Amino acid sequence: MSFISYLKDGISLGSIYAIIALGYTMVYGIAKMLNFAHGDVIMVGAFVILTAITKAGLPPAAAILISVVFCTVLGIVIEKIAYRPLRKASSNLAVLITAIGVSYLLQNLALLIFGADAKSFVTVIDVPSVSLFGGQLVIKGITIVTIVVSVIIMVALTFFVQKTKPGRAMQAVSEDRDAAQLMGVNVNATISLTFAIGSGLAAIAGLLLCSAYPTLTPYTGAMPGIKAFVAAVFGGIGSIPGAMVGGILLGVIEIFGKAYISSQVADAIVFAVLIIVLLVKPTGLFGKNIQEKV
Amino acid sequence: MKTKMNKTTKNNFVTYGIVILLFVIVQTLSATGNLSRLLTGLLVPLCVYTIAAVSLNLVVGFSGELSLGHAGFMCVGAYSSALFSHMTADALPSVPRFILAILVGAVVAGIFGILIGIPVLRLRGDYLAIVTLAFGEIIKNLINILYVGVDANGIHVATTSAGFKLAAGGKKIMKGALGISGTSALYKDIKGQFFLIGVILVLLTLFIVQNLVNSRSGRAIMSTRDNRIAAESVGINVTKYKLLAFTVSAALAGVAGVLYAHNLSMLKVSVFDYNMSILILVYVVLGGIGNLRGSMIAAIILYALPELLRGFANYRMLIYAIVLIVMMLFNWAPAARNWRSRMVEKFKGGKMKKEAA
Repeated sequence: MSFISYLKDGISLGSIYAIIALGYTMVYGIAKMLNFAHGDVIMVGAFVILTAITKAGLPPAAAILISVVFCTVLGIVIEKIAYRPLRKASSNLAVLITAIGVSYLLQNLALLIFGADAKSFVTVIDVPSVSLFGGQLVIKGITIVTIVVSVIIMVALTFFVQKTKPGRAMQAVSEDRDAAQLMGVNVNATISLTFAIGSGLAAIAGLLLCSAYPTLTPYTGAMPGIKAFVAAVFGGIGSIPGAMVGGILLGVIEIFGKAYISSQVADAIVFAVLIIVLLVKPTGLFGKNIQEKV
Repeated sequence: MKTKMNKTTKNNFVTYGIVILLFVIVQTLSATGNLSRLLTGLLVPLCVYTIAAVSLNLVVGFSGELSLGHAGFMCVGAYSSALFSHMTADALPSVPRFILAILVGAVVAGIFGILIGIPVLRLRGDYLAIVTLAFGEIIKNLINILYVGVDANGIHVATTSAGFKLAAGGKKIMKGALGISGTSALYKDIKGQFFLIGVILVLLTLFIVQNLVNSRSGRAIMSTRDNRIAAESVGINVTKYKLLAFTVSAALAGVAGVLYAHNLSMLKVSVFDYNMSILILVYVVLGGIGNLRGSMIAAIILYALPELLRGFANYRMLIYAIVLIVMMLFNWAPAARNWRSRMVEKFKGGKMKKEAA
């Protein structure tokens, strides 16, 4: 029974990674950049919810809505100010370093406003636990909510990208930006939309992450951000189902590594699995193999 | 051809000249008592980060691969050399011991560079970046649980604190997450000269990298960066040259690690995280990819900047972040570049027109 218990913990953690990884992978697929500041948007989202509930006394639903809107706007603003001017820069590294700068900026703004000490997160999602097999297996409410939310997001996002007009514009931009522009796709608006969706998802990820692990510091987003990046690469960066599968696998491996091997080397195990996968399949599990032409 | 060679050599000597000039200025300031304690404490770390940035530039700038695991190699160099120093503390006098420690750090980091490079260099672009990041984290994780000590029976290695038992009179050197303590105390007699040693190592690093880059192998390395397929088609062994650049870079990062470890009384593995790798990458990119002098200058300015901003307390990292973003936009955005070249033309207007005519 402990195996199933670990499995559900792994899937729950993995679902959070998956939601963060979706943001990474969409931005990468469309803007061809690694948005290192993505993890910090999660932290911002969580702080907005915490402030809205404890300081402004808003109901949880309103707080979540404000947080999603705030992060969406933040994503658009970051893209517009920091990334767009560098889109045509001669080196891809330039925008990567700028993203790192944005990451430092968000962390240090949060540090100035909220201080360095860890805040305990409020209970936002109040769902009763479910007890199975005569009490042998207890599934926490937040675990169920996390998994359900991530499945809904995944389905909705797949539908959006495949069936709607802006979604297909995203596909076109990720395939060939110049050709998409010639076909009348507004590339700037599409990239803004991608950042908006990715950052909105980050706000939801922030809520779920801090509900499952209720401490919040300005650095809360950094490590999950890196792990989600790993998950996105693991599943094949640029692929939506890949991010989902990669995220869940990563969460399960991490929890199993902690439970059965050693909690100190769990991260090392996660990264080692990533390296093995990439060596066998260099574009990740669901990645497209692009033939190089001269 | 001949004049071109001379230009390169001249360029190299200008770089050495800058290092020596800075050293002389700092020594003069220090001798006349104009150097604050804070700045004195910064000198050796400045050398460490300069070496790290110059060596990373070899991979990022000249072989064109993005590596996010440079701190991992520094970590390997730091720990292997610190272990060596502790083990031979009674056997050797400090000067040859330190020279050997540098060699140990460089060789061990270089071996790790080869071991990691062989599988990793098969990957491209961002995948390579994430795998190097992963290797850095794995190295950090493993050293974090490693316990090493010596006693009368030889060397003992354990992975848990409980399983780490030594005979009476044994010496615990590596203590897991607590790291290695008291390394700098082993070098009391030459501790004051660490800045001089650091500057010599910076010069040595520049010498190695500049000569490599301007050699036949260096041109091969750059050709793999510019066009991998074209390089392969003219018979250049791409994997070999990429591995060469990666290994030399790892070994030099190991040297930076040695200097770092021996300058500290307390060496902890937690400092060698991906933030450190990213910090070094920031120096490389901001200084100019493929520009060694730029890496050096960026490392000096950007390392000193947050320290010099200490007066602003909590605002210093915020200022650092804003400076970083603004500098990147100003340096790299096509719009800003056009504006800059227009400004330059405006100032040199007459001269440029004459040349054009």
